[in-house]
Amino acid sequence: MASIAAPTSEQTIAAARSERRPGGLWLLLPGPLGWMVFFYLVPLVILLVHAFWSVDYLTIQRTFTLENFRTLLTNDLYLRVLGRTAAMAAVVTLADLCLAFPLAYFLAKRVTKHRELLLLLVIFPLWSSYLIRVFAWKTILGTNGILNSFLLTVGVIDQPATAFLYSKTAMFLTFSQVWLPFMILPLFTVLDRLPNSFIEAASDLGANPWRTFRSVILPLSLPGILAGSLSVFSLTLGDYITPTLLGGPGDQMIGRLVADNFGMSNNWPLGATLVVPILVLVSLFIAVANRFGALGRTAA
Amino acid sequence: MAQALMTETPVRADAGRFGGTPSIELRDVSKFFGQVPAVSGISLEVRQGEFLTLLGPSGCGKTTTLRMIGGFELPSAGEIVIEGEAMGDRPPYRRPVNTVFQNYALFPHMTVGQNVSYGLEMTGVPKPERQRRVAEALDMVRLPHVENRKPAELSGGQQQRVALARALVNRPAVLLLDEPLGALDLKLRKTMQLELKQLNREVGATFVYVTHDQEEALTMSDRIAVMNEGRILQLGTPGDIYERPRTRFVADFIGQTNFLEVEVIGSDGAAVEVDLPGSGPLRARPPEGVPAQGTMTLAVRPEKISLMADLPGSEIPGWDRLSGRLEEIIYVGTYTQYVLRLPGGQELAVHRQNRAVGEGEHPMGETLTVVFNPQSAALLAD
Repeated sequence: MASIAAPTSEQTIAAARSERRPGGLWLLLPGPLGWMVFFYLVPLVILLVHAFWSVDYLTIQRTFTLENFRTLLTNDLYLRVLGRTAAMAAVVTLADLCLAFPLAYFLAKRVTKHRELLLLLVIFPLWSSYLIRVFAWKTILGTNGILNSFLLTVGVIDQPATAFLYSKTAMFLTFSQVWLPFMILPLFTVLDRLPNSFIEAASDLGANPWRTFRSVILPLSLPGILAGSLSVFSLTLGDYITPTLLGGPGDQMIGRLVADNFGMSNNWPLGATLVVPILVLVSLFIAVANRFGALGRTAA
Repeated sequence: MAQALMTETPVRADAGRFGGTPSIELRDVSKFFGQVPAVSGISLEVRQGEFLTLLGPSGCGKTTTLRMIGGFELPSAGEIVIEGEAMGDRPPYRRPVNTVFQNYALFPHMTVGQNVSYGLEMTGVPKPERQRRVAEALDMVRLPHVENRKPAELSGGQQQRVALARALVNRPAVLLLDEPLGALDLKLRKTMQLELKQLNREVGATFVYVTHDQEEALTMSDRIAVMNEGRILQLGTPGDIYERPRTRFVADFIGQTNFLEVEVIGSDGAAVEVDLPGSGPLRARPPEGVPAQGTMTLAVRPEKISLMADLPGSEIPGWDRLSGRLEEIIYVGTYTQYVLRLPGGQELAVHRQNRAVGEGEHPMGETLTVVFNPQSAALLAD
């Protein structure tokens, strides 16, 4: 009898323990949750509330108005800058995707030795300041920069070109290089988890490498593609340092306008309003990514 | 555990259907991974429609061999010929071969129907025919009405059938199967073994099957190639392999075997006389391919040995006879394993069928006399 009773009581204890465990986990939550609320959610709400206020010289009028949004939608400048910013973000995302995919595939599927080291090299640039990396591009593309010296030495040009720096190309190059690791890492993760047997099965069933890529590898790495694209797209969308340091006079981006309104022009309400389209764009992207990412999860 | 088969090599009823050019030919094929040899110069001919099993422990090179036939690995040396065509470095998608992978490798983002029609789509089969053949293939593996489901919604056994349908729908000349039943439970595995064998007969494709499960190999194969350390040790019918193992490894890997070290005394053509230290002279079947001389290993399977007390007549002329002390009794259900300690210190396992409940039980420590036919006792060189 006792031998029958013993496991039963053990089961009871085990059941009680497993019921108690989630309760313990709740204790971990207040810290991070408080942090997120006070340093993320509250400032965001404050920011959004500002969008519905106005400024009278230097004082902020705390009365509800849609004036800022009217300005945003009717003023050509803002829409042009927004369009330019979104286009830049899209092109940079696409470029990084094209650069990162082969690299991530190689790392995940071909490299067997020194994998961690190579992956570390991908992350390595992220350990230096972003500002430094942007300045590095300035020294490369500048009038007396490395690119010009090289082209002069080789004899391709006989005068230092000024066209490299302060241009959309300069911004594109910098963005693509600086955000590349954010694309490589999620792609590496999905490709690393993609079983080789799927690729072999496709080949076994008569698919040449291109069709294998299109019908098996690409759809199964969609969650990684979307995660990486989301990072690169939103990082580019909100950036104002690269346009400031490397952009030309006609290359304003929305982040720069936001910064100007919060700084020089001291128009916090308009600055806050300019953030809204960025937020909307990124939220849309997240919604799409989540939808396909979730699809990818159930599929895998 | 495989049950006692006939002592004579069983002639398979379907042995006559093989013929013509071999389906697959391996000519002195080797594969090195860096400096490590995985396959060391194997040659093999697989006949049309044959069910051939590559059997061996993990790391013996059986999977590498299969992958070389499929084109997933290229041989470091040697040649692979499929249906009369040298494969060279042809990629998998240009070989008349389809594979059932160990973990099925069904595409998770496609439905069962899309999975099965994938191969047909790649070879440009028009849609109406594709739909018809997919339905046929799923019927063949007895899995209708699942076309619109995702693989993840199916059980392991069902996924296995989908993987089979996905390969067979392309009507390959050769079907490669890489331990396809490994993930299934015992009952399902037994059912699938029979179904695979049946499919092999129905579709007429050559099946090359990789497994480390000796019973699976014995049940399904027309021929078995026993592999170890990158070489084929013995190639033959299941009866051949089981009843006439040529090396100690083969005898040991397939089924259970007693190994006794003996000295050869003489030979009278039909049998070799040997001396088992402590027990005296015994007669054994002459070895194949090696001379009977010096110290050799006598291999005799436990189920070939009978207790003297169980036999109706007291003595069978010409049979070998040993006596030992009963040291261990293991009840296994269909039979009981007795372990005897022979006078020379050797152990001898004997399987005694449990014919009737409570029949003639023997106490531990009792001295038992056992007999076996000398033709069941193989002499091995190693």
